[in-house]
Amino acid sequence: MQITINGEIKEVNTGLNITELLVVENVEMPEMVSIQLNDTFLKQDEYAETILKEGDVLNFLYFMGGGA
Amino acid sequence: MREFSDEELERYSRHIILEDVGIEGQEKILNAKVLVIGAGGLGSPVALYLAAAGVGEIGIVDGDLVDLSNLQRQVIHTTAEVGVPKVLSAKAKMEAINPNVKVTVYQTMLDASNILEIVEHYDFIIDGTDNFAAKFLINDACVIANKPYSHGGILRFGGQTMTIKPHESACYACVFDSPPPTNAIPTCSSAGILGAVAGMLGTIQAAEALKYIVGAGEPLFNRLLSFDAKTMNFRNINFKKNPKCRVCSGEGITKLRDYEAVVCEMKK
Repeated sequence: MQITINGEIKEVNTGLNITELLVVENVEMPEMVSIQLNDTFLKQDEYAETILKEGDVLNFLYFMGGGA
Repeated sequence: MREFSDEELERYSRHIILEDVGIEGQEKILNAKVLVIGAGGLGSPVALYLAAAGVGEIGIVDGDLVDLSNLQRQVIHTTAEVGVPKVLSAKAKMEAINPNVKVTVYQTMLDASNILEIVEHYDFIIDGTDNFAAKFLINDACVIANKPYSHGGILRFGGQTMTIKPHESACYACVFDSPPPTNAIPTCSSAGILGAVAGMLGTIQAAEALKYIVGAGEPLFNRLLSFDAKTMNFRNINFKKNPKCRVCSGEGITKLRDYEAVVCEMKK
């Protein structure tokens, strides 16, 4: 099925949850990303129970703590 | 309406002829009070542009001294000023650019005990800090004090920024909730930052402050502007105020606390 991550359309397996998606997407440090799924920000304890659906739109927003 | 001197009319002429700023907008800038937290990579361009624009009163907060390793990006400081308090180095440059601006320095690090009384005096706040503890503290303080502010973060070749009007637009915690766990974050000094990227993000923050003051255009409310200077791709991520936000929702915070200090490195 197709989903959109950060504006890019991707083909992923049906029934994938967010925890599995992070592995597929090679996100090494899930603690450093905030995930928006169709306008809602997910809590980390919701990742495993959140099953992706065809057409879902996700944004991975990375923590950036620099400034000096 | 305030009387502009000939010197002011000439100095600010490119603002005054600019549609959406004009003489009224310039008067708002001259009457504005902006606090810049951090006189580093982000704070340097912000402070320079706000002083040049004629912002009436600019507060600048930083407890550090100028270090040689700062000069690759912190363009408000010079080689001769290594060892000088950053706020004094910054003030000298801001006053050299524009002697009409009142610069107030706070040679201190902000924490839960002192931030509210400083923030209270200003109309708009700039986050130019380099750690999550400070960024979340600034967000909390601006929500409690109801002060609009610009969040900024940079890392390596990337930057991101959003502008926040507390209780009306999404706050930093609506999007990022809480600082990442300290054990998830390796050391900061190894991450690095392209100097010019700090300038790119800082000037966006300065433009947001000026837009807000004059009421021009659309601030970065309810969206995060994120860019990668390697590809020069710029992206807006839209969102709304989180009704369950830990900080700014109905059940949000009413008191400040200090967050555990963490640094800014990350992998993908």
